[in-house]
Amino acid sequence: MCTGIVENTRVAGSGKTPHGWFPLDQVSVSYDHPDHAQAERAVIIDFLNESIGLESRIALELTPESAKNLVHAILASLSRGEGEGLGARKESLQ
Amino acid sequence: MHMYRTDMYEGMIAETVMVPGHNGTVINAYFARPLGSGPFPGVVLIHHAPGWDEWYRETTRKFAHHGYLAISPNIYYQFGHGAPEDIAAKVRAAGGVSDDDVVGDITESLGYLKSLPQSNGKTGLFGTCSAGRQTFLVACRTKGFDGAVDCWGGRVVMSQQELTPKYPVAPIEYTKDLSCPLLGLFGEEDQFPTPQQVAQHEQELKKYGKTYEFHMYPKAGHGFFYYDRSGYRQEQAVDGWNKVFTFFEKYLGTAD
Repeated sequence: MCTGIVENTRVAGSGKTPHGWFPLDQVSVSYDHPDHAQAERAVIIDFLNESIGLESRIALELTPESAKNLVHAILASLSRGEGEGLGARKESLQ
Repeated sequence: MHMYRTDMYEGMIAETVMVPGHNGTVINAYFARPLGSGPFPGVVLIHHAPGWDEWYRETTRKFAHHGYLAISPNIYYQFGHGAPEDIAAKVRAAGGVSDDDVVGDITESLGYLKSLPQSNGKTGLFGTCSAGRQTFLVACRTKGFDGAVDCWGGRVVMSQQELTPKYPVAPIEYTKDLSCPLLGLFGEEDQFPTPQQVAQHEQELKKYGKTYEFHMYPKAGHGFFYYDRSGYRQEQAVDGWNKVFTFFEKYLGTAD
């Protein structure tokens, strides 16, 4: 919380930890100082299931450039998979 | 600072204890102190955003090693227990711990230290990163500390858009109420806070005639004391620690 930059959103899907798969319901995205990544600042992504608690946390620390690459990769895969439908979906999210 | 003699006695005890917290709560804390009856000066350490973690335990022992009654309360206690980084993630997602809660918890730790028979009556405050900000905030909103060390605390200067119910007032707004001398250590490559924000803070301290010393280290960014992170800068960290102990010796005294 050095920066105070955090964005939370609901998600639906599954995540996997060493204990196995579990349903996801929340993701928290921060721009802050990482614990482990070799970078001054990072995009920190925590996938969570609130009902399971902290044991469900799947954590990522990405350099800002890597995070941008990930965003592009996600959007590219959605575009290829959903085609024209993606445009409507993006509008509905705004 | 040159504390060693080969024929000296040395010993400490360090353990988790339960202490009073904000609004009548009881929270856990890591407490390290030199063995002996003292009197010793005290230091309250506010842990950083990565959590109540190993670095803060080590640093608490470091202060005890230098002759201080040192306590680091778990200001994330209300968020439950688990691995420090997991609790920190929970706090991050929740938008942080409120300023009022931190001020309350730290005020109680101050009272705890001062109540000890080994206390010399002087107590300092120390915090890094988010806790650097909280250190300044607490030093402004409470009385009773004799010196405060803000290490690269970001968001002392806050825009209107950054204010939230948990952070309703930018700490810089409280500068006129600063109740003790302040030491600030910063890196000129830091973006949280930027050197411009540190300069703005310094102007405010000057405006109100406060006793302070700020040091802006070249070739250092955020968290340059953290030997376990990529931002560690050995030369700046050694000098910074010297400044911390010189400052506390000046304002808190030393163990007899």
